[in-house]
Amino acid sequence: MSDVLSKPSAMADPLHITGRRLPGWTPAASAVASVAVAAGIGAGFGLASKLQWGLIAVLLFVGAQYILAVTVEGRRQAKDRLATSLVWAAFVLAVLPLFGLIYYTVSRGIKVINGTFLTHSMAGVLATDTDGGLYHALIGTLEQIGLTIVMAAPIGVLTAVFLVEYGGNRLSKVVTFFVDVMMGVPSIVAGLFVLTVWILVLDMPYTGFAGSLALTILMIPTVVRSTEEMLKLVPNELREASLALGIPKWLTIVRVVIPTAIGGITTGIMLAVARVTGETAPVLLLVFTSAVINTNPFSNPQSNLPVFIYQEFNLGTNASQADAWGGALVLIVLVMLLNLVARGIARWKAPKASR
Amino acid sequence: MEIPPQDTPQGDPPATTATAELLETSSARGRRSSTADQLGNEKSTSINTGSKRFGDVVFHNAARGSGILVLVIMAAIASFLIYRSWSAITADHTNFLTTFAWSPDDTPSTFGVAVLVYGTIVSSLIALVIALPVSVGIALFISHYAPRRVAQAFGYTVDLLAAVPSIIFGIWGYMFLVPQMGGINAWLNTYLGWTYIFKQQYPGSAARSLFTVGILLAIMILPIITAVSREIFRQVPRMHEEAALALGATRWEVIRMSVLPFGRAGVISAAILGLGRALGETMAVALVLSTSSALSLHITDYGGGTLAANIANSFAEASPFGVNALIASGLVLFVITLIVNGAARIIIQRRKEYSGANA
Repeated sequence: MSDVLSKPSAMADPLHITGRRLPGWTPAASAVASVAVAAGIGAGFGLASKLQWGLIAVLLFVGAQYILAVTVEGRRQAKDRLATSLVWAAFVLAVLPLFGLIYYTVSRGIKVINGTFLTHSMAGVLATDTDGGLYHALIGTLEQIGLTIVMAAPIGVLTAVFLVEYGGNRLSKVVTFFVDVMMGVPSIVAGLFVLTVWILVLDMPYTGFAGSLALTILMIPTVVRSTEEMLKLVPNELREASLALGIPKWLTIVRVVIPTAIGGITTGIMLAVARVTGETAPVLLLVFTSAVINTNPFSNPQSNLPVFIYQEFNLGTNASQADAWGGALVLIVLVMLLNLVARGIARWKAPKASR
Repeated sequence: MEIPPQDTPQGDPPATTATAELLETSSARGRRSSTADQLGNEKSTSINTGSKRFGDVVFHNAARGSGILVLVIMAAIASFLIYRSWSAITADHTNFLTTFAWSPDDTPSTFGVAVLVYGTIVSSLIALVIALPVSVGIALFISHYAPRRVAQAFGYTVDLLAAVPSIIFGIWGYMFLVPQMGGINAWLNTYLGWTYIFKQQYPGSAARSLFTVGILLAIMILPIITAVSREIFRQVPRMHEEAALALGATRWEVIRMSVLPFGRAGVISAAILGLGRALGETMAVALVLSTSSALSLHITDYGGGTLAANIANSFAEASPFGVNALIASGLVLFVITLIVNGAARIIIQRRKEYSGANA
């Protein structure tokens, strides 16, 4: 506050409401100029990495904006321009690696994806062979994720119902706290836990189901959190109206509260599924992986997509790394699809003010 | 996940129809069943004299049961981790917290988490230092700078990117980022080598260092910090901004005077959330970092390790006792994330207290 109030003289000319301004095309022009100069510097000094070129361009752009604004528009405007260009620089800095990653994956993955790759397993395929595929891993992923949803979704939704609809007591406070703690459990720790209890103590075999147990632990808190938020959004008038009609509380919850919030709940579950689909570490500890097609998640090792990527990549040959990128593309597409479906449900089921 | 504010439920039809349906069924039931006993039952519950309906009891207990199940799972995780790690730590012939090497299967077995804890914390802090300003910038870009359509599309994309699996970041970091970092490391070594931390002991080696891991983690936690900060910045009371604008503030001054003070606590907790994620990140680190049991402050040199990556790397060839040792390191990681997340919780709680009058 004081900055503005105490320095009215910072304006260039007190007789004019607006000070001198730089023309509107200045940012664009200085961006082009700084990219050009950075390219010149990069080429001139023989800097190998294009990342360095980009960093130099960003620095030049921010500096040029500031200096131009200080000389023409005054300190306050210059600060404003500095902030604006920094925000734009942040945007560019973030966009480049993130979209670079997507581009890199798609351009490499698309080369190996074909009918054979999607419908065959890696059984008997040498690391140097270019055939084989990820069918076994795809089946593993889908089955393990399915089991995870079956286990985590009811527990998560019911826990959220408990916290919101039957909340307020001491137990619900304790549960809230521990859901928060559970949210922070690193995925590898969840994997270790299932490993100790399920495999080392109970002496169960390494199966796809063991992997889904770990994923369930990771998924429950996210489902609880999002469902809780959605249930809280349901207006109390609806509950009161239903209860006033003499409808039991549980039917009120099942037929009134949950249907109202079902869009948000489904979205939350789908987003949680998208997150656990990409988990590698716990599954690596528990599923043990296999290169043959195993459609039964309850017996014998399975594979799944993230683990498939990890193993193919670690084999280190050109053919296997190409397969890893193919797997990466399939996994990204799967996760993005789950996300898009979640958004679609959210939009489709979102309660509307009038219909 | 979020529902746009204009879509918040307001006397919405789906629920109303559900209620009407219920009303119909219950009144039909009332008409059909006129036995005194059932009427009495209905009456007693509707004025809530204490006797509960069967469905209510079942449903309430199911809900409470899953709440308790969550507690049981957490208690089981904690107790099993502590039990297994205790048997490992007591068999350790060196100090578990200060030993550098990780060789639990040697005789006598020596292992410690010093290097791993250091690597975990340093790489996550590098990630946070890089990611925090950039994500606040992007969040501001989305909430205050970009044209509306661009902002919406871009915010959406950032959310999608938050879901890219970490293994893909890992192989991308290995194939793309590591080679690109060579030049930057050399430059840092030449011009900033006097700071000690950027000095390279082995110039020219592949950049599979804590610094590269930090940058990779920064890219990974960018979307999550951005998403949370953006939500916070959106909630800034419009009045605050307009008041600042009315005083003749520039856009930056509006942000500095009304947006950032309002969002500070939220941004801090978003940052801690990101930090928690970076601490537990496994596969990306396991792929990129070239591990060693040396504890070095030169962050651009290869070497070091992190708790999570060490578990993933050493698990395959660990003996049963080695697995216990790994579980002990997992417990350390668990405790670190617990502390970090607890801090976030406290900050969020405090913010709730202070923003009581957020209108």
